[in-house]
Amino acid sequence: MRKIHNKILSVAGNVITVKGTGVAYEELAEVKTSWGKSLAQVIKLENDIVSLQVFSGSRGISTNDEVKFLGHPMKVAFSDNMLGRIFNGSGQPRDKGPNLTENLIEISGPAVNPVKRIIPKRMIRTNIPMIDVFNSLVVSQKLPIFSISGEPYNELLARIALQAEVDMIILGGIGLKYDQYMFFKNVLEEGGALSRSIFFIHTASDPIVEGLMVPDLSLAVAEKFALKGKDVLVLLTDMTNFSDALKEISITMEQVPSNRGYPGDLYSQLAKRYEKAIDFEGAGSITILAVTTMPGDDVTHPVPDNTGYITEGQFYLRGGRIEPFGSLSRLKQQVNDKTRKDHRAIMDGMIQLYAQYKETEEKRAMGFRMGDWDRKLLKYGKLFEDKMMDLSVKISLEDALDNGWKILAECFNPEETNFRTDLIKEFWPKKA
Amino acid sequence: MSKHRGSIKSIHGNMITVSFGDSIIQNEVGYVLCGEERLMAEVIRISGDTAFMQVFEDTKGIKVGDEVEFSKNMLSVQLGPGLLGQVYDGLQNLLPELAEQVGFFLPRGMQVDALDFNKKWHFTPSVKVNNKVTKGMVLGHVPEGIFKHSIMVPFDLDGEYEVTFIANKGDYAAKDIIVRIKNARGEIIELDMIFEWPIKVPIDAYREKFTPKDPLITKIRLIDTFFPVAKGGTYCIPGPFGAGKTVLQQLTSRYAEIDIVIIAACGERAGEVVETLREFPKLSDPRTGKSLMERTIIICNTSSMPVAARDASVYTAATLGEYYRQMGLDVLLLADSTSRWAQAMREVSGRLEEIPGEEAYPAYLESRIAEFYERSGLVELHSGEKGSLTIGGTVSPAGGNFDEPVTQATLKVVGAFHGLSRDRANARRFPSIDPLESWSRYNSFVDPHLLKRAQDVLSRGNEVDQMMKVVGEEGTLMEDFIIYLKSDFLDNVYLQQNGFDKIDAATSLKRQEYVFGRVTSVLNEEFNFDNKDKARAVFYELRQLFIDWNYKELGSEEFKKQEAKIEEFVNAHNGSKKEG
Repeated sequence: MRKIHNKILSVAGNVITVKGTGVAYEELAEVKTSWGKSLAQVIKLENDIVSLQVFSGSRGISTNDEVKFLGHPMKVAFSDNMLGRIFNGSGQPRDKGPNLTENLIEISGPAVNPVKRIIPKRMIRTNIPMIDVFNSLVVSQKLPIFSISGEPYNELLARIALQAEVDMIILGGIGLKYDQYMFFKNVLEEGGALSRSIFFIHTASDPIVEGLMVPDLSLAVAEKFALKGKDVLVLLTDMTNFSDALKEISITMEQVPSNRGYPGDLYSQLAKRYEKAIDFEGAGSITILAVTTMPGDDVTHPVPDNTGYITEGQFYLRGGRIEPFGSLSRLKQQVNDKTRKDHRAIMDGMIQLYAQYKETEEKRAMGFRMGDWDRKLLKYGKLFEDKMMDLSVKISLEDALDNGWKILAECFNPEETNFRTDLIKEFWPKKA
Repeated sequence: MSKHRGSIKSIHGNMITVSFGDSIIQNEVGYVLCGEERLMAEVIRISGDTAFMQVFEDTKGIKVGDEVEFSKNMLSVQLGPGLLGQVYDGLQNLLPELAEQVGFFLPRGMQVDALDFNKKWHFTPSVKVNNKVTKGMVLGHVPEGIFKHSIMVPFDLDGEYEVTFIANKGDYAAKDIIVRIKNARGEIIELDMIFEWPIKVPIDAYREKFTPKDPLITKIRLIDTFFPVAKGGTYCIPGPFGAGKTVLQQLTSRYAEIDIVIIAACGERAGEVVETLREFPKLSDPRTGKSLMERTIIICNTSSMPVAARDASVYTAATLGEYYRQMGLDVLLLADSTSRWAQAMREVSGRLEEIPGEEAYPAYLESRIAEFYERSGLVELHSGEKGSLTIGGTVSPAGGNFDEPVTQATLKVVGAFHGLSRDRANARRFPSIDPLESWSRYNSFVDPHLLKRAQDVLSRGNEVDQMMKVVGEEGTLMEDFIIYLKSDFLDNVYLQQNGFDKIDAATSLKRQEYVFGRVTSVLNEEFNFDNKDKARAVFYELRQLFIDWNYKELGSEEFKKQEAKIEEFVNAHNGSKKEG
């Protein structure tokens, strides 16, 4: 029989303190208020004073509400029954399905031994040319999508979820707007992908502390599925909200902030989550795509900045398109030599020409006179943007490469493109 | 004697406070007894009868009142033969051994020995009974890979000792007694091949420390020629993410002309270490032809591993480096990234509720960084031999801005600064070391006048480039335009280096001397051109000729042929033919 405490000593922010002994660090407790029950987690122990962060927030907590310690840390169910289900940030069902209480696993487990990691070598096809051709996604990669509010980053995530060649998808929503949550649900449902998906959703109206748990829940479940041989794609949106939640808690706990109010361990906290991405030798894998909105479109803001140091590249989503400049998949070199022999040439060549187009476009905007070559570039830029960059384009890598050659042939003579002669011979479209 | 114990009073993150009865030592190691698990922790502050300890593992599940068992020892590493080629975590646990025992993950509370105590080594004594010895003196040798590993008097034995027993030449296990020594009071100490040393205490069992002066050849032209590093010196590589810090360190760890490389992967991506882990055993050391792994030790405490052990990892690496320096070897320690280490300090300081300095880093940040880099150095040993430890650390400044505390504190103490620039990285100019901002206090092998000339061209070329952005190419004097072209030429053919090409990736000292002479002679040429398009075309062609030259093996037929082509081309376009 666990002891029940019914004297809450202090309430500050979402943190309450009670007197208690025999309580373990990070143990879970249940707080029963007149508004309902909420989970809470021990975040500090000092002599017999226990500080807990209350998942549903401290609003309405009375000093004589009951606090019952559960004797175990945060856990989440793990079973095949989770597929197609939607949970909240405490791991409770958000849909009308039954509560899952069997086979509970601990969250935020130990790190993987670096010597057990392998050099990544499998590409994940997404049928989005800007990813497959120019910045291939690789199994076990961790990539953020740097974007700003208002950009269709969730649409992009949903498209990747539908089109990516993976066994299952885990969506972790942190501070998600309700309509975005419904959007994900509907898109995956219509696309027939819901049955291979698990949602952990924390919406903007939910208590902030619950959002903190979402990445850990998502990744703990992903890890178990990966160990059972599944290739899991974890989508997290939006990690800036997660970081803001960390900030709020650390300030409530009177920790000294380091940079713009964020706690000093922001890097370690983010790394602990992102580093869960892995390809288990002889089993499955975890690949992480995470949205990071950049406040004020500032990449030096602490959240994108720390993220950039952790992840293996980044996609910039600007103006509804994945930017070819700045976007980078650090692992693409591991896979794009094994696809088709013109892959790397198209990747480099088309981007170089697009860069030239950008310069010409600038000159045109400033009113310079356009020469023949400039006009060719302008035509090329337009075609490239419409047939490659547009996010609605959905074609396989091979088709995208063929398309690339078509675009080039439509705009240039072969020798103007700077491609290797043997590739031109083989791939340049023959005039009909 | 019963173990000395304490009891936990509070837990916050990885910081615990413990009340203790007896005496304890600052930096003493203790073990938190949490159920079956023994979690390692270190005393970092003592106040009254309370010790503040940082736990090297996840603290989940620890309770107030749990016991802590003190060890009476400071945080130490094991020193002895068998360290080379190993992969350790920040606390010197052998990671492959852990993988064998427990598989994919690193569960907490696991400790394994750093060295194999039972492994046999072939020992050759070098002292005799009745010889007098002091700490750090060599008692004998065992072969370790390509090196002669010295078995030394442990560094903590002060005073003079007399050898009373020395084992004969032969095979012994690392923990067999091979020497007995006696001090003035007649106390006898038995020695085997392994001893321990506290990681936060620099090893000083040498005769004298000198100013570093001999260059450490990294085979990266931009570094060796312009911003050299000296054996026993220090340097830092600050740069924003994606600027190529890690690639630069990887190249250095492969090609540098040095005996031993210690890589401290401190709080960075695990994936980056994996490449080193998987590639190094397959690559051969250009100097010895043996696997690169035989001269390498990897200390690997990547970003998701416990933060406190990250702090320990740089000290562990420095201690191992100093140990091999004691054998008269040249050691290079590469720490990637020191910012993660500084952040680990910041986290601890925050939990200790210390008054924060700039950006919440502790006030002692600077002195800690200085202490770390000061462990480098060129030393003369008691045997008269010299050994060196060179330290190169990357810095990951927030937002890529060098005005932050870690970069600034590091710049105060290092001998060379290789600042990476995002602009250069975006323009795919690698290595992306900024040639205008970087500096080195060590002497380059090139003639200072030639070097000055080359640097002038770079800085004037940059001025012209800035000016052209305003007035356009048309408004630029031909004279200035040629300066700009020359600086662009120098950048492309000499500063930039293709790390993926097997010849261009590593340029030997001999080749650098030779090629640099040729490149500067172009800078000194007088050129005359009718128009800028013509000038540009000539320089572009010249550039291509030199780049192709970089890909030819030094001294080969092709190398000579290419050189002749360059000669011919320059003669056809230089000042002797005025109309250009």
